[in-house]
Amino acid sequence: MNLEYTAKQKAFREEIRDWLAANLPAKPLKTYDTEEGFQEHRAWEAVLHKGRWTMVTWPQELGGRGSDLIEWLIFEEEYYRAGAPKRVNMNGICLLGPTLMEYGTEEQKARILPRMATGEEIWAQAWSEPNAGSDMAAIRTKAERQGDKYIINGQKIWSTRAVWADWCFGIFRTDPNSERHHGLTFILVPLNTPGITVRPIPQLDGLPGFAEIFFDNVEVPVENRLGDEGAGWSVAMSTAGFERGLMLRAPARFQETARRLVELYQANCHRADLDPAVKDAVIRAYLDAESYCLTTYQTASRLLKGGKIGPESSTNKIFWSELDQSMCATAMSILGARAELLPHAPAAEGVGSWLDDFLFAQSGPIYAGSNEIQRNIIAERMLGMPRK
Amino acid sequence: MDFTFTEDQLLFQESVRDFLLNEVSTEHIRKSWETETGRDNRLWQQFAELGLTGITVPEEAGGLGMNELDFVLLARECGYVALPEPLVNAVLVAVPLLRELGGNLAAEWLPQVAAGEVKVVAGLEQNLVVEDAHVADLLLYAQGGAIYALTQDQMRLTYNESIDPSRRLFTVTIAEGVEPLLAGEAAASLIERTLNRGALACAAQALGLAQRMIDLSVVYTTDRQQFGKPIGSFQAVKHLMANVAVALEYAKAPVYRAAFALAHDKEMTSLACSHAKLVACEAAVLAAKNGIQVHGAMGYTWELDLHIFMKKAWALANTWGDAAFHKSRVADYIFSQGGAVGAGATFV
Repeated sequence: MNLEYTAKQKAFREEIRDWLAANLPAKPLKTYDTEEGFQEHRAWEAVLHKGRWTMVTWPQELGGRGSDLIEWLIFEEEYYRAGAPKRVNMNGICLLGPTLMEYGTEEQKARILPRMATGEEIWAQAWSEPNAGSDMAAIRTKAERQGDKYIINGQKIWSTRAVWADWCFGIFRTDPNSERHHGLTFILVPLNTPGITVRPIPQLDGLPGFAEIFFDNVEVPVENRLGDEGAGWSVAMSTAGFERGLMLRAPARFQETARRLVELYQANCHRADLDPAVKDAVIRAYLDAESYCLTTYQTASRLLKGGKIGPESSTNKIFWSELDQSMCATAMSILGARAELLPHAPAAEGVGSWLDDFLFAQSGPIYAGSNEIQRNIIAERMLGMPRK
Repeated sequence: MDFTFTEDQLLFQESVRDFLLNEVSTEHIRKSWETETGRDNRLWQQFAELGLTGITVPEEAGGLGMNELDFVLLARECGYVALPEPLVNAVLVAVPLLRELGGNLAAEWLPQVAAGEVKVVAGLEQNLVVEDAHVADLLLYAQGGAIYALTQDQMRLTYNESIDPSRRLFTVTIAEGVEPLLAGEAAASLIERTLNRGALACAAQALGLAQRMIDLSVVYTTDRQQFGKPIGSFQAVKHLMANVAVALEYAKAPVYRAAFALAHDKEMTSLACSHAKLVACEAAVLAAKNGIQVHGAMGYTWELDLHIFMKKAWALANTWGDAAFHKSRVADYIFSQGGAVGAGATFV
């Protein structure tokens, strides 16, 4: 164990820090849940790509830097520290990208990854269905094989970024007689294909951050299949899946929220009407964000030495999502009567982005596998408690 | 940057774990409650033969010359079996203090400690009572900002019975005329380091205690049937244990970081030790709370082994600095001008 950065790691940090200082947009981008903001964020991805920063862990030839997970953590730290824009193509670069590298044909990788890296093609996910949420193996949307095509019929829902995205990826039932996690196939679908209707769904903030996707005899060539026919479940749940889980939410994100919370508390701690529980909650926020960071470095180190991620990774999602929720709730408590005000309201001085953060934090324990499902996984697969 | 333990460290942990599981059964612990000292000299000799008593004693004094980081996983295993002997205190707190005090005292005592001929124990006035003072051939004791090195004839011990029968606690009265070994600023700095090491000792054992209570609870809820199936198959029961697993999983890295900080005398050592103590003891206390709940009425009995581990967890949470003490140290850091908080500030 040596908890010191190497000279190379320090130089890497300097490099991204300098690059961000020179290249950050002059003013904050509009939210990517508006059309204009979406295109601004797409343009930012192209700027990042020029600096080879879209995904540092990707290989050099795909516009990455072949970085290891420690460098990735350093990148994220500098990125969040600088307050750089949100990443509009996370579904692509973080979720689909690694799966493509593992299961994609050479042709698929060459066709898809470069355009993903530049932000020319933004990806949405298409997992959930109205009756397949926590019970994802209940997927019913059909992809019927006809010669060299699949004909897709059905409906996906809660597709993040789908309103303005270019492509979606998901698993579809290719064997009509199959049940549960058998007979599913991983397919990539251009969202401009005839027969697709995207219906935006306004989120808590009123903006269409996700959508329903209706498929009505949508024709997709078989070369858009990722992995074998019928192997969709295992492709989706692949080893890469565990690493994706690790990379979905970098510790830096929550450490910066904790830092802002410390500042908010310090700006308000003289107030007599502050809930006495707040100070404890701020200390807690700092500690938990640090614990998340330390644990992630530990996991990253273990993986670098050839270790594997196991079911203990399910603790990850519970930890950060509940940390985020509790930090934002503490901020709302400090803001008191101002907490509900939109930032442009005349009396909203000092509210910052906390309301937005608080609303989004409510979704954390729900998306990417609800925390109740994660707790079942922990109890059964990590602790070995009986399934029945 | 490498957050992993070496193969050697992991192998050492494994062999000590096997040894402790064999030698320190809950029957052994219950028997020790009936003895006068509550301690087992035969076991201490075995520790010495394995080199455990001298892990942090320098090689030239007959020890292994290792540091806090080499012992932290072993301390976790001591927690896993709720070891009553003062091994963790000796290796992680008393010997490092003895080394730092140096001089004739260290030269005289360290070789005997490594050989298992004597026991040294460290205690602080701040802790109210000193655990295992009765079996200490040498007690390093901090009182009134000064450090005393006391043999049994230089102090009077008053027994304080704990709800945990494994813990033998004493208030210490220093005999008249005994002069402190060290006072003033030099002592203050050593006392703080001693407190940090004591906090790490509690934190590392708390990790093991939490794991043991999880393991006991998993076995019990798998065996125990109600409504025609194991109670561990019910989600309400599963989620109680999953919550403990989450708390424990995220307490480990802070404890190992604290051990690294102590071993390498890092600037953030006090902060790291407070962090470790808080989260590890919280995990152990949660393991006790949810562990007793899933054991039902059986968990509330003396005859079930669970209470051996619960009581130790409760005790460790409030000694070597309670939550209020350690939280205030964290608060002092994050609310101060120089406190580095946020992304990229963890490994400064």
